[in-house]
Amino acid sequence: MTKHSKLLLVGLAVVVIAGLIIIPMNFNRYGLYILSQWAVMTIAAMGLNLTLGYAGQVSLAQGAFVGIGAYGAAILTTHGWPLIAALGLVIVLCFIVGWLLGYPALRVQHHYLAFVTLAFSTLMFLVFRNESWLTNGIYGISNIPRPEILGFPTRKPLPFYYLCLGSLALVTLAMWWLIRSPWGRAFIALRENPIRAQSLGIDTRRYTLMAFAIGSVLGGIAGVLYAPLTQYVDPVPFNLQLSLDLLMMVIVGGAGFMMGPFLGAMIAVLLPEWLRVAEGYYLMLYAVAVILLLIYSPTGILGILDRYLSSRRTQAASALRAAAQSKLEAAQ
Amino acid sequence: MTAVLDVRDVKKSFGGITAVDGVSFDVQEGEILGLIGPNGCGKSTLFNCILGQLVPSAGEVRVDGKLVTGQRPAELNRLGVSRTFQLLQVFPKLSVRDNLILAGQEHRGSMLSRLFGPSDAGLTTTADQMIGFFKLEHLANEPAGGLSYGQQKLLDAAMAFMGGPRLVLLDEPAGGVNPTMLGDLKDRLIAINRERRATFVVIEHNMEFVMSLCSRVMVMAEGKVLAIGKPDEIRANPAVIEAYLGH
Repeated sequence: MTKHSKLLLVGLAVVVIAGLIIIPMNFNRYGLYILSQWAVMTIAAMGLNLTLGYAGQVSLAQGAFVGIGAYGAAILTTHGWPLIAALGLVIVLCFIVGWLLGYPALRVQHHYLAFVTLAFSTLMFLVFRNESWLTNGIYGISNIPRPEILGFPTRKPLPFYYLCLGSLALVTLAMWWLIRSPWGRAFIALRENPIRAQSLGIDTRRYTLMAFAIGSVLGGIAGVLYAPLTQYVDPVPFNLQLSLDLLMMVIVGGAGFMMGPFLGAMIAVLLPEWLRVAEGYYLMLYAVAVILLLIYSPTGILGILDRYLSSRRTQAASALRAAAQSKLEAAQ
Repeated sequence: MTAVLDVRDVKKSFGGITAVDGVSFDVQEGEILGLIGPNGCGKSTLFNCILGQLVPSAGEVRVDGKLVTGQRPAELNRLGVSRTFQLLQVFPKLSVRDNLILAGQEHRGSMLSRLFGPSDAGLTTTADQMIGFFKLEHLANEPAGGLSYGQQKLLDAAMAFMGGPRLVLLDEPAGGVNPTMLGDLKDRLIAINRERRATFVVIEHNMEFVMSLCSRVMVMAEGKVLAIGKPDEIRANPAVIEAYLGH
């Protein structure tokens, strides 16, 4: 990347972040709710982007981990635990469950792996619905308190939105660190060519399990924020639909791109709101938009940008080669 | 002196077919052993048995005297055994430099130290030296997928050396490479062999390449060792001529 384009990117990031902080100050309760939901879903989609987009392991269970996180937070905070303690417990729990869910991926891949994770997703839904002693079944858990962060209450929508946005920023930083570390390179190697990766000393088993575990933890973190956001959890939001929605966010945004989940979640959470004017047709328009996008760019929205940049790079390289060639000929 | 690679009576059967049928040989430090034979004679299966991609049905493989039969490829690689594949195996989305860093990073520190350490695992200098050595400087930041076939083949070979291996098994390094680049590749391999005392086993169909590169050549036919000796002896061996080289 050139210095110029790097500067441009940093500038753009600053503008977007400032926008995300300042503009919502004028939003009403509902607008802030939607925007908070976008932040929460982005965190969950980032987790799936790690498992699927970077490490290449299909999972239809991300929604279940959001559910585990949400129920964990709901149960513990309604019993007087602080949210931060619930977060710690959920992280440990999701890491362990995610690690275990990774084991089938060592045996089966692609569609078969999708079915294994789908079964897990269904299993978790049944736990949320049927184990009433723990989850209160179909009645759900209500009156989930919103936390105080460093003495600041987040009961009102704006402070809670800032909590979600801050969490998203922290998760993004952690993810950025992870992806540019040697682990990120190993995850990509695992996706692109596991046999070659092994021959280079990469312990593909451990990295596969790690990709599931870390991806699941991010699902859990999203859930921990989801519970105080809606202040009520019941099993319905965590059925298979959520896992499919998260999968769509990752693919539409651009799997394997750091910023993919941001765009994907924006389309999944915000677009339906903007299409409300179309009333009954909005779901149809939404579906058609997604189909057209994926026909035009199977690698998602960021795939379009990536293709543009790499074609420019190729052009620059061939111009350079042509220049070198003519210089060589002149010298001869 | 212990052989770098010692293979004893290795057998591999798939159902009723015996692909490798009791092969024994050793390779001394600094040697370049060529492995030739007609298609389907078991060369690649033998490689996969040595490298842990396949578990031999019988026999033993030792590296520096240490029994490694059936160890996983990643463990073997960290013990200093490296390889290239018959078909190109670079990571197309990663840059040339990142391909090389990836090829060396698991040889440094623990998994945890790699997570919290520098993003290049401290390998940028080593990678750039390797890039210079294989004359790929102008392509260091290009995605590997954008390189020509011959350049990718060079990168593929370079990756095998990033971990500082004791033993490298190269499966048809010359396949599909144009004659100019082939000379380059041979020079590089000979240089690495001399400078780093790296030991090679090379599967190859290009006779000229094998005979000029290797200090000894082993010929396989139908899963067995037909002959092993210096290139000249192999050229003159009637059984080899009969089975493989042709009249």
